[in-house]
Amino acid sequence: MGEIEVHALRGVDLKLYAGEFVVLLGASGSGKSTLLNILGGLDAPTSGTVECRGHALTGAGDSALTRFRREHVGFVFQFYNLIPSLTARENVALVTEIARAPMAPEEALELVGLRDRMDHYPAQLSGGEQQRVAIARAIAKRPDVLLCDEPTGALDSATGVLVLQALERINRETGALTVVITHNAVIARMADRVIRLSDGRVAGIERNASRADPRDLSW
Amino acid sequence: MTALHRKLWRELRLLRGQVIAIALVMVGGIGTMVMAQTNYAALAETRALYYAEYRFAEVFARVKRAPITVLETVRAIPGVREADPRVSGYVMLEIGGFDEPITGQVVSLPRPGDPGLNQLFLRAGRLAADGAEVVVGEVFAEAHGLRPGDSLVAILNGRRQWLTISGIGLSPEFIYQIRPGDAFPDFEHFGVLWMAHEPLATAFDMDGAFNDLALTLTRDARQEDVIDALDGLLAPFGATGAHGRELQLSHRFLDEELGQLEVMTTLFTAIFLGVSAFLLNVVIGRLVGTQREQIAVLKAYGYGRLELTLHYGQLALLMVGVGVLPGLALGAWLGRGLANIYTGFFRFPYLEWSLQPFVIALACGFALAAASIGTFGALQRVFRLAPAEAMRPEAPPVFRASLTERLGLGRLLDPAARMILRNLGRRPLRTALSVLGIGLAVGILVMSRFQRAAIEEMIDVQFGFAQRDDFAVTFAEPASARAAFELADLPGVRAVEPFRSAAVRLRHGHREYRTALQGLPDGGDLKRVLDAELRPADLPADGLLLTDYLADLLRVRPGDLVDVEFLEGHRRTLAVRVAGTVHEYFGVGAYARRETVNRLLGEGGTVSGAWLALARGARAGVVSELRARPRVAAVTDRAAMVQSFRDTMAEMILTFTLVATLLAASIAIGVVYNASRITLEERGREFASLRVLGYTRREVRALLLGELFTLAFLALVPGFLLGTAMVWVLVQGFSSELYRVPLVISPPAFALAALIVLVATALSGWLVCRRLDRLDLVAALKLKE
Repeated sequence: MGEIEVHALRGVDLKLYAGEFVVLLGASGSGKSTLLNILGGLDAPTSGTVECRGHALTGAGDSALTRFRREHVGFVFQFYNLIPSLTARENVALVTEIARAPMAPEEALELVGLRDRMDHYPAQLSGGEQQRVAIARAIAKRPDVLLCDEPTGALDSATGVLVLQALERINRETGALTVVITHNAVIARMADRVIRLSDGRVAGIERNASRADPRDLSW
Repeated sequence: MTALHRKLWRELRLLRGQVIAIALVMVGGIGTMVMAQTNYAALAETRALYYAEYRFAEVFARVKRAPITVLETVRAIPGVREADPRVSGYVMLEIGGFDEPITGQVVSLPRPGDPGLNQLFLRAGRLAADGAEVVVGEVFAEAHGLRPGDSLVAILNGRRQWLTISGIGLSPEFIYQIRPGDAFPDFEHFGVLWMAHEPLATAFDMDGAFNDLALTLTRDARQEDVIDALDGLLAPFGATGAHGRELQLSHRFLDEELGQLEVMTTLFTAIFLGVSAFLLNVVIGRLVGTQREQIAVLKAYGYGRLELTLHYGQLALLMVGVGVLPGLALGAWLGRGLANIYTGFFRFPYLEWSLQPFVIALACGFALAAASIGTFGALQRVFRLAPAEAMRPEAPPVFRASLTERLGLGRLLDPAARMILRNLGRRPLRTALSVLGIGLAVGILVMSRFQRAAIEEMIDVQFGFAQRDDFAVTFAEPASARAAFELADLPGVRAVEPFRSAAVRLRHGHREYRTALQGLPDGGDLKRVLDAELRPADLPADGLLLTDYLADLLRVRPGDLVDVEFLEGHRRTLAVRVAGTVHEYFGVGAYARRETVNRLLGEGGTVSGAWLALARGARAGVVSELRARPRVAAVTDRAAMVQSFRDTMAEMILTFTLVATLLAASIAIGVVYNASRITLEERGREFASLRVLGYTRREVRALLLGELFTLAFLALVPGFLLGTAMVWVLVQGFSSELYRVPLVISPPAFALAALIVLVATALSGWLVCRRLDRLDLVAALKLKE
């Protein structure tokens, strides 16, 4: 198999602001995940620059990126990616133990409405509950940036709404820049801004006049 | 405890079956290593202490008879610190109620005012006073139940004399008590005795003289120079050549044993280290594979790559750490056991066996080495794993038709067999390493049976083909052939074959070797030399035959001339042609026709002794007749010697075989159990699917067991080869001038090895099948791949 160079993203020029709720919309293969990974310091672009609050992420070494993620970024993944051998509380503690000014794991779980399920292992939780644990894990460090990759992708509509409610509440209460990537256009209605990606390029940016309440969404 | 530590403990608990399997192998490896290392240290250190404390001499010399006045000149040789003149000789002994021949080596105790080298440690009683008192060596006393106050008869220079035992003693000179020229110790028929100098000198006609010299050297002395000076000085007194400790019999056997321990330690440590590392590699490798996404998430949340690498490193360390303590315990137990066996052969006043800190450090080092070698690759993957990449699921495994199928034999296989072969073929390296691991177990089992087979072969060849006499009679002094043939008149003697044996130094180029030149009767039947194929060889009309090992040492080939320096008789050096080589397992020597030796020595039909063949039931009668003959210095009973050796070795061989079998079984179970657990983990979903599709438990079990037994069967032939290779390594490591161990492996050893490994496979299969039966069908299907 020969190596074929594929450009996942081309000519993307974006500014994201503190406190914003942004939805990145695009079909699969449009480059959403690559963009998210670059924003979170998981991946580096082959060319171009990324900056966060005046700090350059491009050209930063592994340890600088690790510190950036540890101190500023919270991730939520489509498949929750909880550690199966740890309880909900311990999964959150995994992050609070290495963060600078985290909330207590219990508090984070309270925020996502899982106070009474704290000592359950992932296998004992439903998909929606697992995703909410993942969100608690992401927000417990009080991140500046909360990056969510298809957080409702593996959930049914009703459960997905619960998860989105949690995200909206955290965005509102902690003021973290929240970026949700999805191929589900309905979710775009709850955003401040909607960025459409297509074929690795920004196809358009819209600003919603008002953010819809997640409870009003369904798909 | 941090959450990451909790993850560690929970995973360790989840993997406990495999942890135990790895620990089993680690325990075996550390156990054997500790056993061998502690005994090496115990033997080497105790010997050094014993030598120092009891003043073991450094140079030894024998003469026919030298006046005590020579001593002053000896002590004046530059480099000589102390010199002890001694009288020593061989005597026949009689103990009431024991009618087999016994040879004793009597050594004089230091005279008052002598430096007192090779001091005795008294286990009981006191030193022998002037008069008819004697100290008896401990092994000999034990073999006959002798105690201080008992008495025995010694035929001292032809005179029967009652001696009272004053004490039971040990000497650094006889840590290993073996009759010179013998292949193995025989505590019943050979004993060392010590007598006061004066009575012994009188008995041997050595008043005012000595025939044995023990020396120590000054710190800066060169041993070779002292030996050269001694040989020159003592030559007129019938010296047979001085030598250092390296040629001292007891010292050499101990050196040999230490060397063997080293070979065994290296071999076993390497095998166990390899297998432990491999098992860890599979388990941790698999774990890192399944936890790719977890690692990625942790990295995404800001855990550093070093932190995570350490996390998995800790897991590996905990896994190997489990084996350290039980391994040390097993090693201590085995080590003490081996030390006990050793104390039966090697007699020290005490054997300082201890579990020293360096051995504990070595055991930890072993675990650390296994962990580093086994998990280096996996940890590197953890370190390098790019988090963004790891979020994407792993590419599905690629399957291909197995070799059998590509050869067109696929039609012969049912679907289950095809699945088994493809699965094994999908991970050729892992399959190969599993086969190698099981093969090592087979190999160790093959090897464990080698010792007994080799010893039987050595005894068969030596005493079945080569030395077939019942009694070997040695005269105190070379005598006329008539003296030997007179023995034929004794009732019960069927045949007499006289021999001439002379101490010589063989020299070729700059290489030399001290040995005995044996003149054998032409066409003799009681002592024969064997060719490379172990067939009796003819003695050449002229020239010498050398043991092939000796020919190699001296770098001589048939047709070459070798310098023969006679250390007795005319003491001249003659160039003699080497006519050929002979093969033997015990010792090395030079052989010729008796007439040839007589001619080289410039003497008539002189003999040193004779081999006798006896009629059935004539033993006791012949022994008492021989005891009455002043000329006879020693009588050796071959059959009794072999029997006593077999008895002494039996326990040692049994222990070795048992330990090796347990170790091999631990390897086999460790490897097979792990292979099956990994298979179950990787293919649990597949097995569950098959059950959902209507396969019975039995059918699914067949798939799993089929894979295990395929591995085991694949391992048999490589295992046989590995076993042969291990035996080869041992044979190389064990071969010395003292003996060469033949490479013999009996077919039953192969069969037994195969059987034990297949049983171990069945056992591990059974353990894993219980897990398979508990497979939760629904949960297994829900698992995300």
